[in-house]
Parts: sequence; structure tokens; C-alpha cells
Amino acid sequence: MRKQTKNNLITFGGTAVLCVLMAVLSGLGVLDNKTNGLLVPIGIYIILAISLNLTVGILGELSLGHAGFMCIGAFVSGTFSLVFQETIQPVWLRFALAMILGGVMAAVFGILIGIPALRLRGDYLAIVTLGFGEIMKSLAMNIYLTADKNGLHFGFTVPPENIDDETKRELLKGPIGMAAPQDTNFWIVLIVLLICLAVLMLFIDSKSGRACMAVRDNYIAAQSVGINVTKYRIMAFVLSAAVAGIAGGLYSHSISLLTARKFDYNLSILILVFVVLGGLGSLRGSIIATIILYALPELFLREAGNLRMLLYAIVLIAMMLWTNAPFCIRLRERIGASAPMQKLKGFLKKDKSAGGAA
Amino acid sequence: MNEEKTAPMLEVRNLSIQFGGLRAVDGLNLKIEKGSLYGLIGPNGAGKTTVFNMLTGVYKPTTGSVLLDGQNITGKSPVEINRCGIARTFQNIRLFKAMSVLDNVKAGLHNQTKYTTIEGVLRLPRYFKEEKRMNERASELLEVFGLEGEKSQLAQNLPYGKQRKLEIARALATDPKLLLLDEPAAGMNPNETAELMETIRFVREKFDMTILLIEHDMKLVSGICEQITVLNFGQELTQGETSAVLNDPKVVAAYLGE
Amino acid sequence: MMSFISYLTNGLSLGSIYALIALGYTMVYGIAKMLNFAHGDVIMVGGYSAFIAMATSWCPVWLAMVITVAVCTVLGVVIEKVAYKPLRSSPPLAVLITAIGVSYLLQNVALLTQTATPKTFTSIAAGAPPFLQVFEGEAPLFFTALKDSPYGDRSPILTISMETFLAITVSLVIMAGLTLFINKTKAGKAMLACSEDRGAAQLMGINVNGTISLTFAIGSALAAVAAVLMCSTYTQITPYTGSMPGIRAFVAAVFGGIGSIPGAMIGGILLGVIELLSKAYISSQLSDAIVFMVLIIVLVIRPTGIMGKKINEKV
Repeated sequence: MRKQTKNNLITFGGTAVLCVLMAVLSGLGVLDNKTNGLLVPIGIYIILAISLNLTVGILGELSLGHAGFMCIGAFVSGTFSLVFQETIQPVWLRFALAMILGGVMAAVFGILIGIPALRLRGDYLAIVTLGFGEIMKSLAMNIYLTADKNGLHFGFTVPPENIDDETKRELLKGPIGMAAPQDTNFWIVLIVLLICLAVLMLFIDSKSGRACMAVRDNYIAAQSVGINVTKYRIMAFVLSAAVAGIAGGLYSHSISLLTARKFDYNLSILILVFVVLGGLGSLRGSIIATIILYALPELFLREAGNLRMLLYAIVLIAMMLWTNAPFCIRLRERIGASAPMQKLKGFLKKDKSAGGAA
Repeated sequence: MNEEKTAPMLEVRNLSIQFGGLRAVDGLNLKIEKGSLYGLIGPNGAGKTTVFNMLTGVYKPTTGSVLLDGQNITGKSPVEINRCGIARTFQNIRLFKAMSVLDNVKAGLHNQTKYTTIEGVLRLPRYFKEEKRMNERASELLEVFGLEGEKSQLAQNLPYGKQRKLEIARALATDPKLLLLDEPAAGMNPNETAELMETIRFVREKFDMTILLIEHDMKLVSGICEQITVLNFGQELTQGETSAVLNDPKVVAAYLGE
Repeated sequence: MMSFISYLTNGLSLGSIYALIALGYTMVYGIAKMLNFAHGDVIMVGGYSAFIAMATSWCPVWLAMVITVAVCTVLGVVIEKVAYKPLRSSPPLAVLITAIGVSYLLQNVALLTQTATPKTFTSIAAGAPPFLQVFEGEAPLFFTALKDSPYGDRSPILTISMETFLAITVSLVIMAGLTLFINKTKAGKAMLACSEDRGAAQLMGINVNGTISLTFAIGSALAAVAAVLMCSTYTQITPYTGSMPGIRAFVAAVFGGIGSIPGAMIGGILLGVIELLSKAYISSQLSDAIVFMVLIIVLVIRPTGIMGKKINEKV
């Protein structure tokens, strides 16, 4: 079996086993409330992290607006669920449609933002996506949607007027947000997570993923072998956006009140921290890093929230210096060449996958 | 000569490019017959790499035209030109560093792989068929260059000489009609250069390839090129049979800086 | 009409602060070819330094300014030496992520030491009369005549505060000084040379490391001045004070053409005016969205910005 296939199977299998185990433990009532409450958010953050890794690790472009795509997915799917809460039955059908719609809308915005931004090189994508995230947040905070017997009424920056008071149902309340039906549970997150993980893995381990990595490593050489650079940059970016949109959909259906303020720059950075710590291009790393960085502080460092953020910041800088700074590279080589490490290596015989897609 | 009259593999007519006030290449004409090994030489800054960049669409020429096998490819994008049949290597090696040696060649096979992204993600039968064919073809190419042992290594971990070879293998993977090599022997020791000459000859025989190369190593040029063009200050100094050109006092003077 | 003039002057004042910050971004980008994400947070550190210095009883305003500039300059240089210099030959992505890390670090250190509660910043012009006031049917009055409120309780139809005036003048003076410095002094020319071609500059005997440090020092010193001006105008400071103005100033730098010094000045001023006018006439909640919309449109139409030039990678 090919090394990459094997690696993918290990990652996928490990994630599946871990997820099912947690779901069963939770079902048996073995977990305490705190841990139970963490399962859904961790699953959602894992989806966000692996999708961002496609853009940052595989495509090699920095996106600082991942929260923006999540925001679109959350609001679009949440609104859909609220509007069709009574009309589309059974619930799972409505929920599935909501997820798909959230992902599709996020993908549409990914195309809209990607086509102008990805033609540019360098740091521009980072800035454009950052701006995009802020725009989405501001827009979502200013949308009002109210239903009554006459249908839907839409308001921008101000609530709509002339509403029939008796049948009034406020769906979107501007800065206050929305309360989508709470359909998400850990089993659903688990299934969506595994589907997303599989799609990303299969994408990366195909000629399209290879093309993206070629563009990442050297776009001039990629063009010289006939790879349509723009096409693959947009493809990966849009796929990453769509998956983030789906995660947003799961999120909006998992909390009692969704406010757009949540989807700010800090959320995008948080996801980036997970990706960077887990290793650029390694899906397995993203999953492990998300679990460690999200769950451990929640369980043990809850009071010291700011300390946790400080830790994240240090981790970001240290990781980048450790992997890229010349003196760290030399230090690593020296440690790697030392006798105890050689022994350890022989013992573990860990394979380093090509292309990084583990 | 009773051979049938066909278009040359590459015909360059009056090719010029201007950067601001500087004419980096001025009125270049080239005619490279099918299956030949052609050299482009000249002192540093003569405009050789600029010619390559125009042939491959990285730069748009200011005037002139480029015909590949009779087809006008002037002004096309690098991607289109590669699909028309020109592949190249770079003076400063440009590999896909963080990808494996095998994947570098498979990236070169990109356009000959006939499955769509959807088929790839859904793992439909065509994915497996095409990937298998790709792996075989890539292995074949790596074998030609003696790289089959380093298949799963990262490209950045290869020694310099092997990186140059991998770049040629990747270019060949795109199934070109014309191969452009930009200083293939740069940084190689005499043994490696000798070996490289063998490889280039072998590639020409085996793939029936037309090759245009830029080189400073005169031993390599005189050893394998049948014809050369000498470029100086963006203009053609002379062209013709290798031995004749290399003994031309004009050429010697240009190199010694007169 | 009067309200429009008032918005416009406020926009100019905010814009000149943005221009000062944008200069820091653009100079660093020009020379180190990196986007210094932490620049906005240097402003925040500057704001807190000034706040702490001025809170002590013995420290006069001018000394507080000097301390602020010193703190920011040292901070900027230290950040460059510790976090960015080791990564000078690394892929741009690594440098960008490190810069984000530094920005995050500064914010969270401030959060831990100063808490998230906003601190009230005493304006450096506190107690001074407004720079200019216009009363209905009267000639405009400047600050010298306003000390003893000549019109009693009548409310003016236009007020330009001393802070607004200071922000515009100080920024203009600094920009003029910076332009002279870069074009006339040896160190300034070395900066231009480094931004043109670092390798060639080194071969010509220019101390590239020193020049990069100098660039960070100047950029951070400008950020310190911007911090004091901005905190005086808005009279509040939190650990996040620097991040949005920093991002907006970066937008201004891109708007004007990243790497171009006059571009940063023009871009900053334009952006400030756009922001305030859209706040006044469109919607205050959407002003950020509008600013970023402008950025995206600029990048689509003219990716190099107003004054920037195209850079092609050498093949």
C-alpha cells in the first residue's frame, strides 16, 4: 500500500475511533458536563482547522478571514432553518439542506473574493481575506429579518416596519443575532467531520491536490509544466471556504443565541494557531493540535483565559522560529544527530510523509 | 537531400523585447530543425535567459514571432505554451521542494492525466487507472535519470546534481516537442557534467527530442551541440556549426571582453 | 455646510494619524519585504506608555512624549531582532505568521498587565481651548480669542478642537521631515537603496542589518507619535486600541501603493476622510465594511495602489 494512503487511513481511522468512543462515552453518561459540552465545539473547530489547512498548508496562502466564511454558513443555514422550521419535514432533511446551503453560499463568496484576490501574489490575500471577514461580520450584525402572516420582511441597519404584531416572529435581530433550532448533536458533528476529513484527504491525494502543492512550492515552475495556477488556487480556496461554511452551519445550530460578533479576527487567528501548531499541510496535526489547544485549556485553565491567549501567541512565534530560523535548524540537526535521538528514531521508525499530507 | 520539406521545430523571427529604455534582446532569428541539439551561448547579461522567458511566455516579446512546429505561439501564456509543447528548466533550480521526487514528476504529468477533480475525490475507477499509469510513467522517467532510488525523498533533500536531473525529468514528463535547458551544468563538477552530457544525448535519442540549451561550459557545448547561436548585448553575434563558431575570433573577443 | 467642514477636518486629522501609522508599514514593507502585523500593537503599547507616564505626578507632557517614543522605538527594534531577523530568508508565510504571533503577544501581555477595562486617557491638549470656533453670524475665532468664552453660552456651529489641529500639524511636520531625511541624508538614501535591491546595497557597502533596524526604529517612533495623537483624540485606551487603526492604516498603505512613502501619506489621509464621511453620511456601523470594500475595489482595479509600482519575480 502507498505510504500516503496508509497515512490517510491511520488519520481517518484514528479520528473515527476517537469520535465514536467519545460519542458512546457521552451516551453512557460517563462524561461530566464540562467534557460533554466540549465535544461539539471541538468537532466544529477541527473541521475549521482542517479546512483552513487546505488554504494555508496545501495552497500556501494565508487566509485571515476564515471566520467570515464560517459566519456566512452560520447565518445562511440558520436563517434557512428558521424560515422553513415548520414547512420542511422531517427535521433531518431540513437540517441537511441548511448545511448544504450554508456550504454553497460560503463557496459562492469564496469565488467572489478569491477571483480578485488570488490573482494577486504575496500578502494581499491575507489582507483581502481579513477585510472580507470584517465586512461579513459588519453585514451580519446589521441584517434584520422578521416573519409574519404576510411573509418575510427584511431590514438593513434598522428593523423592518409595518409588521403584523400577532403573527410576528423575529428571525434575525441585527446585533442581537439569531436563535436557530438547536439540531446539532455530537453524532451529527462526527458524521460531518468524517465526511469533510475524507473529502479533503482525497482531494489532497489526487492530481488536483498535487497541483495545489506545486503552485505553493513554486508557481513559476508550476506554470512551466502547464498547471493552470489560478484555477487550482481558486479551487482549493473555494473548497476550504465551503467546508468552513458547513462548520458555521453546525455551529449556528449548536448554540442558543448566535451573534455575529463571535466571527471576528480573533476567531480566524485562533483557527490559524491550531493549523500552525499542528503543522502546515498535515491534517492529522491540525486535528491533534485542535484537541490539545482547545480542550486542555478549557478543562484546566478556564479561569486564566488571557494566559491561554498569551500561550497561543508564544506558540505561534516559537513554531515559526523553530521550523524556519537558521540557528534552530542547526540546533535541530544537532539534536537529531545525537546518539539518543538516533536510537529513538530507529525505535519509532516513524515515516515522514511526502508532501506533508498526513 | 531528398528529405521531405517540413517546418522547423522552432522558428524565431525578429524577436525583440524592451524593458524601459533597454533592448534586452534585439531582432533575434533562430531556426532549429527537428531532432537537433542547439546551443545558445554568450557572455553574462547577453539576454539568453530572456530569450527563454520569451519562448515560454514568461515575458511577452515587444516585437517578433515564435513558431513552434509551424504553429504561432507568440504572446501565449506559459501554461498554453507548455501545452503546445515547450518544456523548460530554470537557471536557478525551481523544483517543488516540499514534494517528493515522484510527485514532482507526477506534477509534470498533470495535463496528461485524464480524470477530473470530482472523479479524484470520489475515487472513481478512472482515478485508479490514471494514477497507476502516471506512477509507471513517472518511474520510467526517474529511471532514465537514475533517480528511482530517491522516489519518496523530498526534492529539497536531493544533492544539487540530482536536483538538476529531476528538473529535466519533470520537464520531459509534460511530453514536450522542444526542451529548453537553462544552464543544465551550472554548479556541476567535471564528472557530473560528463554524465549529464551522456544523459542529454540519451534523452534526445530515446524521446526523439529537439533540445535548445543555454550553457557556459564550453566543453559541454562543443561536446553535444550541433549548432549554436552566440548572443552578445541582446543581438546575434554569429551562428552556425559549433566548431566553426567557437573558433570565430569575434566570439573569442566577446567572451574575453575585448 | 458647517457640519461637512467639521467632518472633513476630523477626517483629515484621523487621516493624518493613519498616514503616520501607514508610513511605518510601508517603510518596513519596502525594505524588509514583510507585512509587520504587530505595528498596530506597537501603537497600543505607545498609548499605555504615555498613559502610565502621564498618570505619575512628576512627569510633564513633553517628557511623557519622549518616554513613549523611546519605548516604542526600542520595542520595534527588539521585535525585529528577535522575531523577524532570524526569518529573513524564510518563506513569506512563516514571517507573516510570526508577525501575527507578535501582534497577539503584545495584545495579550497588555491584557494581562492592564486588563480589558478601558483606561481614560488625558488629552495632551487637555485644558486648552478649541483651536477654532465659528458662531452663527460672527467671524471665526481662533484659540487665543477663545480662552475667555467671548460669546457666553451660545453654542458654536463649528468647532475644530486643539487635538484635531495638533494631529494635522504634527503629522504634516513629521512627514515633511521624513521626506527630507530619506532624500537628503546618507542613512535615508541607504534605506532607499535597500528597498530597491538589498543584495546590491550590501555589495555597495551599506550596512543592511543596521538599515533595517533603523527602519523599524523610525516606523515605531512614528507609531508612538500616532499613539499619543490618537489617544488624545479618542481619550480611551484598551489592549485592542491599536489593532483596528493598525489594520486600517495598512489598508491605507496598500491603497497608496505599498512601499511608496508619498503613497502612504496620501492613502492615509484619503482613508481617514472616507471613514469619517461614510460614518457621517452612510452608517456608523458599516464604516469598517466600507473601508474594506474600498480596499478590495482598489486591489481589483489597481493592485499596486495609487503610487505603487509593479514588482515581477525574476525568473
